[in-house]
Amino acid sequence: MTPRNWRRLNVAMPWLVITGLLIVWQAVVDIFGIAAFVLPAPTAVWAAFLEYRDAILHNAMFTLKNTMFGFALGIVVGVILGVLIGSFRLVYSGLYPLLIGVNSVPKAAVVPILVLWLGIGTAPAVATAFLLCFFPIAVNVATGLATVEPELEDVLRSLGASKLDILRKVGLPRSMPYFFASLKVAITLAFVGTVISETLASNDGIGYLMLQASSQFRVPLMFAGLAVIAIMGIATYVVFAVLEARLTSWATRRQDAPLVGSG
Amino acid sequence: MQKTTGGSGAEAPAKFVEMDAVALRYGGREGTLALDGTTLGVARGEFAAVVGPSGCGKSSLMKLVTGLLPCTGGSIRVAGAEVDGPLKIVGMAFQNPTLLPWRNTLLNTMLPLEIVRPHRHRLRQFKDKYVAQAKELLAAVGLAGFEDMQPWMLSGGMQQRASLCRALIHNPQLLMLDEPFGALDAFTREELWGVLQKLWLDRKFTCVLVTHDLREAAYLADVIFVMSARPGRIVATHRVALPRPRTVESTFEKSFIDLVHAIRTEISRVRDEAGLAARAQAV
Repeated sequence: MTPRNWRRLNVAMPWLVITGLLIVWQAVVDIFGIAAFVLPAPTAVWAAFLEYRDAILHNAMFTLKNTMFGFALGIVVGVILGVLIGSFRLVYSGLYPLLIGVNSVPKAAVVPILVLWLGIGTAPAVATAFLLCFFPIAVNVATGLATVEPELEDVLRSLGASKLDILRKVGLPRSMPYFFASLKVAITLAFVGTVISETLASNDGIGYLMLQASSQFRVPLMFAGLAVIAIMGIATYVVFAVLEARLTSWATRRQDAPLVGSG
Repeated sequence: MQKTTGGSGAEAPAKFVEMDAVALRYGGREGTLALDGTTLGVARGEFAAVVGPSGCGKSSLMKLVTGLLPCTGGSIRVAGAEVDGPLKIVGMAFQNPTLLPWRNTLLNTMLPLEIVRPHRHRLRQFKDKYVAQAKELLAAVGLAGFEDMQPWMLSGGMQQRASLCRALIHNPQLLMLDEPFGALDAFTREELWGVLQKLWLDRKFTCVLVTHDLREAAYLADVIFVMSARPGRIVATHRVALPRPRTVESTFEKSFIDLVHAIRTEISRVRDEAGLAARAQAV
């Protein structure tokens, strides 16, 4: 295979896999005659999507908006926490156990408390998304700061660099690849958080829609809701993957790039 | 004039770097004694090398002189002033070039200018002048034309050249080198000895080189301090009288070989003594 064809195939692979999966799915449902309320065929899901298009899009936008709010909050708090944990030994030893504890609590169990405090709808959804997604961001930023070579720190300190100088010139750029890696995890977690909260306490959003569909045994509609969440997840993931490639290209050196010189 | 408080190899005038009976203990009272009674002096503009068996506290010595680590005994003075915190004008280079992978060679070299006063406030205004200065320095070490390359595109030797440039771009009075050529192959290493010697002859900064390579020390230094095994002390001081500029050819002359041989013998002896002491303690 020529390199060019290989690259084309590489780009086409995700689409081929998804198409293949849909074909198998459709075939299985048709051949075994599976009832639509157990596993609807892709065509049935598509039909449900077209039928309830307006409702699905309205609720999807609601979910997307909540997720993005929670995610933005998660980035701000996560980065600040990460910088503090990564820069100050005392903050690390003080906060880390607490953060591990907070992170191990199942967030579905926290939603009722959030509802008690914040009511239903947008507020608890944003809060749940935030609670799920700030942790990986904080941990990764802190890890990135911790990987700064001690020699480099010595070089800068012996030039009279302040802690802030070292953070700006070395620490933050160094932690960018870790930060972006965490964003890709965090955005999917934020979707999980929003949908959990909407399922438990909301009158809008994909989570609410799915709960309604479930109570009325509209299984194709449930699958349409799932598909919409998946597509939004992939789309936002791609956005951050592209940003990552742009901003931290130095961390993923290309194998085919030239090496020059000797001595 | 500062009063000199004696020390091995010390001559009458005040030294630029003075260590007087310096001790360093890691980890509190019962911790490991890394250095004990280390006394040495390096004159302004002098090239000093510190050699010794591995684990003798050579790298600790670097951190002490630059103020990155406080000593637990004795005193250290640089340029006549007691060292009581990180010095602000030192150039440093290590075995690991530690170039920043997100900056090209030129911007890596110019990093200290973004930190050191007064340059950091002038950098934007006199950008062209500073860039020209950096390019000139890069050219002096043979990196002309590589300014726009990312560090990982350069070979180990070239990265180390760039690291040297970064250590010198702000014209420091003191250059501290910790095994700077330790990870390079023998030919590249010898080539870089020449590069470093040329930079030093041109600029005459005070230089302290920590190394385990005795030929490297003899090639580059005016004065060589031999350290004992842990706890490190200075057990011998050699003045290197060989004419400059020295070349790889010089390293095959009899006086050079005799000097390296003498230091080698001393280090073998301190290693043996350390081994005996350790065994005696075990029994």
